[in-house]
Amino acid sequence: METALKLNVNGEVRQVLAPANHSLLEVLRERCGLTGTKHGCELGECGACTVLLDGEPVLACLVLAVECEDRRVETVEGLSNGAALHPLQQAFADLGAAQCGYCTPGMLMTAKALLDSNPLASEMEVREALAGNLCRCTGYWKIVEAVQWAGRMSTGDMVPPQCLRERNAAGGCSHG
Amino acid sequence: MSIEDRKVKLVLGFAADRQEVELTIPDEEPTPWDLESKFSVVGGKHARVDALAKVTGRAKYTHDINLPGMLFGGFARCPHAAAEITSVDAAEALLVPGVKAAIPMTQDRVRYAGQPVCALAATTRQALAAGIAKVQAVYKVLPHAARIDQAMADAAPLVHRNQQSNLSGSGQPRNAETVAAELEKSAKVVRATARTQVQTHASMETHSSVAKWDGDKLTLWTSTQATFGVRSQVADALRIPEANITVICDFMGGGFGSKFGAGYFTAIAARLAQECGAPVKIALDRREEHTDTGNRPDSIQEMALGVSTDGKLGAYSVKIHGTPGIGRGAGARNPMIYDFPREMRAVAQVEVATNAGPQAAMRAPGHPQGSFALETIMDLAAEAIGMDPLEFRRINDSNPVRLQQYSDGAKRIGWEQRRKNGSATGRFRRGMGVGSSTWGGLGGPQAEVDCKIFRDGSVQVRNGAQDIGTGAKTVMAVVVAEELGLPLTKVSAFMGNTSDPIGPASGGSTTAPSIAPAARQAAYLAGRELKALVAKHLGVNADKLLMKAGRISTAEGKGLAFEEACRLIQSGEISARGKRRSNFRTYRDGVAGVQFAEVEVDCEYGLVRVVRIVALQDAGIIINRLQAESQVNGGVIQGLAYALMEERVMDRQRGHQLNADFEAYKVPGMKDMPEIECVLYDIANGGNNTSVCGIGEPTCIPTASAIAGAIHNAIGARVLSLPMTADKVLAALAQRESGK
Ligand code: FES
Ligand code: FES
Repeated sequence: METALKLNVNGEVRQVLAPANHSLLEVLRERCGLTGTKHGCELGECGACTVLLDGEPVLACLVLAVECEDRRVETVEGLSNGAALHPLQQAFADLGAAQCGYCTPGMLMTAKALLDSNPLASEMEVREALAGNLCRCTGYWKIVEAVQWAGRMSTGDMVPPQCLRERNAAGGCSHG
Repeated sequence: MSIEDRKVKLVLGFAADRQEVELTIPDEEPTPWDLESKFSVVGGKHARVDALAKVTGRAKYTHDINLPGMLFGGFARCPHAAAEITSVDAAEALLVPGVKAAIPMTQDRVRYAGQPVCALAATTRQALAAGIAKVQAVYKVLPHAARIDQAMADAAPLVHRNQQSNLSGSGQPRNAETVAAELEKSAKVVRATARTQVQTHASMETHSSVAKWDGDKLTLWTSTQATFGVRSQVADALRIPEANITVICDFMGGGFGSKFGAGYFTAIAARLAQECGAPVKIALDRREEHTDTGNRPDSIQEMALGVSTDGKLGAYSVKIHGTPGIGRGAGARNPMIYDFPREMRAVAQVEVATNAGPQAAMRAPGHPQGSFALETIMDLAAEAIGMDPLEFRRINDSNPVRLQQYSDGAKRIGWEQRRKNGSATGRFRRGMGVGSSTWGGLGGPQAEVDCKIFRDGSVQVRNGAQDIGTGAKTVMAVVVAEELGLPLTKVSAFMGNTSDPIGPASGGSTTAPSIAPAARQAAYLAGRELKALVAKHLGVNADKLLMKAGRISTAEGKGLAFEEACRLIQSGEISARGKRRSNFRTYRDGVAGVQFAEVEVDCEYGLVRVVRIVALQDAGIIINRLQAESQVNGGVIQGLAYALMEERVMDRQRGHQLNADFEAYKVPGMKDMPEIECVLYDIANGGNNTSVCGIGEPTCIPTASAIAGAIHNAIGARVLSLPMTADKVLAALAQRESGK
């Protein structure tokens, strides 16, 4: 039995048909074609499926889609403004915070919720906020760096990391 | 030497140890990069070429492939660790609405809990789950040995019917007698038994495949470390020509060694798809990922080391027991980083079969186990003769790169402030430790790369192997940009489709050193064609033309911008294929690494906090510093997990994994990470035209050893078993105190 659902995803109202027992994760990925949100465990243990619900990070694998009607769902697909990347996306790309990239969408959404309320988050605050998002590749440091950089970029404190990268690249390679 | 060959002089090594070599190379090879090479793109910090796709959610992983009419496949699994199968009946499952097909897996016996017995395909995942619940399997349950101690016990149940014992392996190892005699004579002999646990790969994307048929042609999307390996294995399993199969892996969410093979599920997905006339996706769940996709074998390593009073290493013997589950290959590797005479080591390997999922290669297979044992006995020996453990390593290690790393690392961690073992007091005690590694990672043939230059001035580089997240795509693009004198943004890189030229399986840290030289050669050959056009157009000698800073010109500046030059291309594109040659002379036969750890132990609760890791690593010439650093950080955190957290726990009674999730199987999170200082060395190692060596694996080898040494230093007692959890730390402390 499928239910008609009205979801507001990334500012766009979508009508979808889905069984009432389907999670938000399944509906986003399989009914809305939004596969940016990742499936890591479906147990609420890895954070790969994190999306924002009315601005708060939730694990989409633990939320039923029917609970989300008339609420604001934000996913990684809605993070950029057209071609203009969100500072978090820019910083993650340029500072190498995405390795295989599988944990990245969940990291980005959790970080967005943090920066929206606390753009100048300290290292410990970033670590605390992202403690539920697992990453098997990066060793986390570049993610912390990128989140802090993005926050400071949005407040005008920092230059986009692109500039940093070009400076480094211009320095070339030194031996030894 | 054919007339086309030429002689080149190269400087290999690094600043502290330069080696001049002369080589003869064929005409189609560019002059290899060496210590004197000046780079404009290579060695910089570059965003990955596919970073944008990853941060926008556009990157499509196998899990993300949803095709019209696609069905979901999955498995009914045996709940017993050992059983004879009386019957498997899927008739009732097929009556569940939405279930479309069932394929029983033919076998008469199951040997681990969670072994698949029947595959199903259904229209939704819910229907699939309902179908799986209806598969009727009748078992005759047998006694099992799911744990190493159970499998080694007298009269243990036999895991393999056709074997007399669960134990197999070398009897008397080579050199056993010489080593025993030498140990007898040694001034000091240290003995210890080290234990390591089973660790699972726990990639964030679970194993998955999507199969789709078009007539007799099969397309497979799969999360793999070996696109070409999957192609041939599936061709074999289904008895269809390789020519009819395309394997695609555009993006994949980690493998760490567990995704080398096609896995039974890939061929089954194809068979289900064939039977149902619809595409089928099989994506394992987290429990299946832990229990049935491989793991790092555990080990029990009994060691004896002889050492002279002035600290020179004598003889070393080690007897290793390890469990590959029902698979094969559980060896702990002891690559003898330190200077033992070859005949002075005796290594006995015994495999212990258990009723558990088969092992699989995991990041530096065998090395972290071997390292933990070797560095343990090294630290104990240093303590026994009253020598500083770093000094002890220095005088027993002749590798020039590591010698440099010992002194650089000691400065960075502040080794001179290290106190004597166990001299710290109070509740929180700090200590420092050190461990070393060696790894091959030289790569080799079996890699071909296409480079195309288009009339509009854009450049493409293609290889059919996969980028498993390490950044292989970006490595190719950087190398091509360097060779053609272009900014990185001008080069598009493609990987992960077997329609493109052959490439290696991503393992042994060989992907970059295999494909980078082929990419460079392809760019060199394509660039040479372009230079010929420019030479003709301008009436200059093509040999005098350089490709630099977006121009093709003579030293005097006569030339064209790259884009103008490309407009001279008549046929629409220049296309060249580079082929990876075998390795020529190398500076060292592998890469060198050393790690230092500083820890703080809470002696009240036994908790260990890693304060800092200094990781010093060589990987030949570094292509992209940003990626290399990320590999080091990632290796260190997996090593830290191995040291302190991760452990597969098997239930003694029922033989199940008790922690097949992320809640009880504790993968490190953001709050667990220490400060990591990463020091990269650019070593012109030779061997191939780029001097690139792999970096993926070596960085996870010595972390646990360095942490173990640091704990030892802090509390004055050795924890001999991984992971070094609070209970073990407290037990070691208690033992030390009662010994006083
Ligand atoms: S998929 Fe939701 S927490 Fe892992
Ligand atoms: S980048 Fe691979 S899991 Fe985080």
